[in-house]
Amino acid sequence: MRRNEDARLLTGRALFVDDVPLDGLLHVAFLRSQHAHARLASVDASAARARPGVAAVYTAADLGAYWRPGPLLVPPPPIPGLVFNACTQVPLARDKLRHVGEPIAMVVAESRYLAEDALDDIVVEADPLPAVVDLEAALAPAAPRVHEHLPSNLAAHAVQRKGDYPRAKGRAHAVIRRRFRYDRGAAAAIENRAVAVQWDPRAEELTVWDTTQAPIPIRNGLAQLLGLLESQVRVVAPFVGGGFGPKIMMFYPEEVLVPWAAMRLGRPVKWTEDRQENFFATTQERGQIHDAELAVAKDGKILGVRDVFLHDTGAYDPYGLTVPINSQCTLLGPYDVPSYESEFTAVFTNKTIVTPVRGAGRQHGVFVIERLLDFAAKELGIDRAEIRRKNLLRPDQFPFNNEILFQDSAPLTYDSGDYEPALDEALRVIDYQRFVREEQPGLRAAGRHVGIGVVCYVEGTGIGPYEGARVTVEPSGRVRLATGVGTQGQGHFTVFAQIVAEVLGVDVADVHVITGDTREFHWGTGTFASRGAVVAGIACHAAAVRVREKILELAARELEAAPADLVLDGGRVHVRGDPGGGIALGALALKANPLRGAVRPGTEPGLEATAYFGPDSGSTASGVHAMLVEVDPETAQVEIKRYVVVHDCGRVINPMIVEGQIHGGVAHGIGNSFYEQLVYDDEGQLLNASFMDYLLPTATDVPNVETTHRETPSPLNPMGVKGVGEAGAIPTGALFAQAVEDALADAGLEICEIPLSPNRLFELISASRVRSR
Amino acid sequence: MKPAAFDYFTPATVPEALALLAEHGGDAKPLAGGQSLIPAMNFRLARPAVLVDLNRIAELAYVRAGGKDAGLVIGAMARQRAVERSDVVARAAPLVAEAMPSIAHPQIRNRGTMGGSVAHADPAAELPAVMLALEARFRAQSSTGERSIPVAEFFKGMLETALAPGELLVEIAVPALPARTGTAFLEMARRHGDYALVGVAAVVTLDTKGRCHTARIAGFSVGDGPVLLAEAASVLAGQPPSEELLRAAGDAAATRDVDPPSDIHASAAYRRQLVAVLTRRALARAFERAKSAA
Repeated sequence: MRRNEDARLLTGRALFVDDVPLDGLLHVAFLRSQHAHARLASVDASAARARPGVAAVYTAADLGAYWRPGPLLVPPPPIPGLVFNACTQVPLARDKLRHVGEPIAMVVAESRYLAEDALDDIVVEADPLPAVVDLEAALAPAAPRVHEHLPSNLAAHAVQRKGDYPRAKGRAHAVIRRRFRYDRGAAAAIENRAVAVQWDPRAEELTVWDTTQAPIPIRNGLAQLLGLLESQVRVVAPFVGGGFGPKIMMFYPEEVLVPWAAMRLGRPVKWTEDRQENFFATTQERGQIHDAELAVAKDGKILGVRDVFLHDTGAYDPYGLTVPINSQCTLLGPYDVPSYESEFTAVFTNKTIVTPVRGAGRQHGVFVIERLLDFAAKELGIDRAEIRRKNLLRPDQFPFNNEILFQDSAPLTYDSGDYEPALDEALRVIDYQRFVREEQPGLRAAGRHVGIGVVCYVEGTGIGPYEGARVTVEPSGRVRLATGVGTQGQGHFTVFAQIVAEVLGVDVADVHVITGDTREFHWGTGTFASRGAVVAGIACHAAAVRVREKILELAARELEAAPADLVLDGGRVHVRGDPGGGIALGALALKANPLRGAVRPGTEPGLEATAYFGPDSGSTASGVHAMLVEVDPETAQVEIKRYVVVHDCGRVINPMIVEGQIHGGVAHGIGNSFYEQLVYDDEGQLLNASFMDYLLPTATDVPNVETTHRETPSPLNPMGVKGVGEAGAIPTGALFAQAVEDALADAGLEICEIPLSPNRLFELISASRVRSR
Repeated sequence: MKPAAFDYFTPATVPEALALLAEHGGDAKPLAGGQSLIPAMNFRLARPAVLVDLNRIAELAYVRAGGKDAGLVIGAMARQRAVERSDVVARAAPLVAEAMPSIAHPQIRNRGTMGGSVAHADPAAELPAVMLALEARFRAQSSTGERSIPVAEFFKGMLETALAPGELLVEIAVPALPARTGTAFLEMARRHGDYALVGVAAVVTLDTKGRCHTARIAGFSVGDGPVLLAEAASVLAGQPPSEELLRAAGDAAATRDVDPPSDIHASAAYRRQLVAVLTRRALARAFERAKSAA
């Protein structure tokens, strides 16, 4: 099946924000902080304002009452004893600079070139302060404070528990204890952020083109900020070149300032982020440090886990605790863990804000439990795959409440799952037993370092609150489908069309999908948490079902047949057994909207319906990844020889798109494991803010991913689907560490950190050689 | 990431270009393929007031055999991709041909020029080290004359060469390889096409008894310019190549020839390790090829 959107994307006809043609357009450049931490003494923009071609320069002082900190986007979950200090980002820095790249002034000029020229004219006086960079040092009593009204850099502290861990530990045959560091990087979407705004004073209407993953909340928020009716603000998220999480953040300073400037100046205004800005100004994920222990019985059964970790939240915490809560919750994985104690401290640092990036903290938790199981297996003399098998939840344990609150503030309850067959399938595809027993000893004898890894994970997906959709059959017979979620390349134009096409018996290519335009649909939240297909998809399904009912009711009258005897097929509705007869849906749509005459009382016009879907809780996808790697211990280079994925996201709507999501996720995961790292120095300066030094894996670095689908339907929605957007990226770090460690088994090293790199592997290999001397 | 304003000239001949460079002196920068200069200008790390674009000077884009015993001559504006695909280069200077695919990516080699890369003198770039191993000479012209600069005098340090302001690199001359000579190029990069973590280019010549007669080995991304691995070469002199000998040469290169820098991608210690391993491996390959050439 061809994707409905591909013709537009591949021929360059798809609209992206930077392409929006606007007459008299002004361009924006931001002056950004060069300091990670400084007191801002003064900003003098007078020379910049005088530069020819400059329309305006705004500093915090110029914003007046419009200057206010952004909203707390995600309030913290109701955890007893929780401490949470909300400090949200500001549109332009006023007294203090808290991270490199924080905007100080906004220049609006006739071209981006002139705007950037004018940045040089602005004189900033700033007194540098010691930067808060290291997570542990940040909590020392004498540490400089990112937010001086708080007593320390503690952003949040939370403890979640189930069972009785001290008791479990007391009964344990062994307690495996390690310190783990898991660091992540930038989302690095191919399209940076952009905002283009036009104020129409006659219509009194503001149109905002925005690369956001959440056009409807942006519309509602902007209306409130600017004192407009929600209906006066239209936000369009057209085609967006990748989101991966950071584009759900709101409000970015630029999203608040560009509309305001367009209204003040009476001309359209556009800002397009460049790649360098993206490294400083677009949110990221970063590091956690875990001190974790696993209490385990002699046979490898998990008795309990205790984990204490630090989480870097950056300079502000508008996204609440989503990332560390996901780490805390997802650590338990597909395993039966009777007791668990998890405590985290989120820490303010002088770095870019941390918000979810594909996986959203789940990686960190998966890494901890998977590595603990590996070390336990080694200590107990149990095979790595077997210790996992022994602890997997059994099919009769579903729905399974793991008792730990998830990002939607409810305990994560696994709706359905069938984990052991997935493990078996992965082991079979990669030929685990034969490799470990026969092939690997021979390779080792020949001096080659080839390792194997296998890891399991679950992913909570498809959380609420809700999404909606409107389905309309047009007189042409084509079907219009509007939904509120934005699209960033996931294939919504095809998948949502498939869902509706199947219900209405039309061709997928005849379903025209409109997403991310608040004029077309204005109820909903956005694209995040692997929820597009699960929440918006089900809303599309529900709306299509209602339209189908309308079709059947009207056609039954027209065709003088019972609705039960009617068939929708090929864009027509006909009596069963009479495919040549019946009536085309387009003709029926015309009849449903008569221009004269009378209708029956209570008749709704048109073949149209709107429906919403809001699940009680999310559905839980799962999977097993396995890989073979070869390491050259002399050069510390790693080659991935095979990568196997067995994935279960419930009912698969479109296998090609699901595979694409998984492949993309694995590529992200490989980047996270071996290539991508945001390297900050002690002054809080990011040392690799370009694609020359921030390394994304390229096509040649990502292996062929061998994917198998398993389908354990979700009982929570009528289609049985679960989310898949983040899945591929989640277990890769744990897998990479295990496989590389196995390849280097003769060196006797342990890998307790991600990302790795050849340089870091060389250090680990060298250190283990020194130890063994 | 937009450059500051600059004046722009497009000379069609070398004399026109030289006149412009003379006129604008230190304010002017010649623009070859632009694969380093343009990004630097977009980051506003470079702000030349004047760009003299060499891309319309057709007379500088050539690759040809240099006549009897003379090897190869390459015009400064020859595209890297053209050199990569040249049969003449493959025959006369297989080391150059072997190195070309490691220079960034095809799109970049389509624009990037031989002269541009050499004159930019990035210490992590392939071509300066290859030219050092091959004992190339560089012909430079200015509005006042012309000179030929041997490679040993050409590279002066980080992004620095012997070219004076107003002087333009116009041709690279690569001498012919003697009989019983083998060459090899090895590079370790984070991803294919990235600047090297470490790279090694080796040229070895055997004597009639199969012993090492001469060896010239150059390393890159190990200092502030291409580095001749002379200690490694002296270990080899007069010796029959063996695994132990090559290991000793690699160790000599790592410990005595280089003083590599640390950066976010590789520590000095890791670079030394790579120098040892890549020197050994490159020499093994070069000696194999020298044997088959004998």
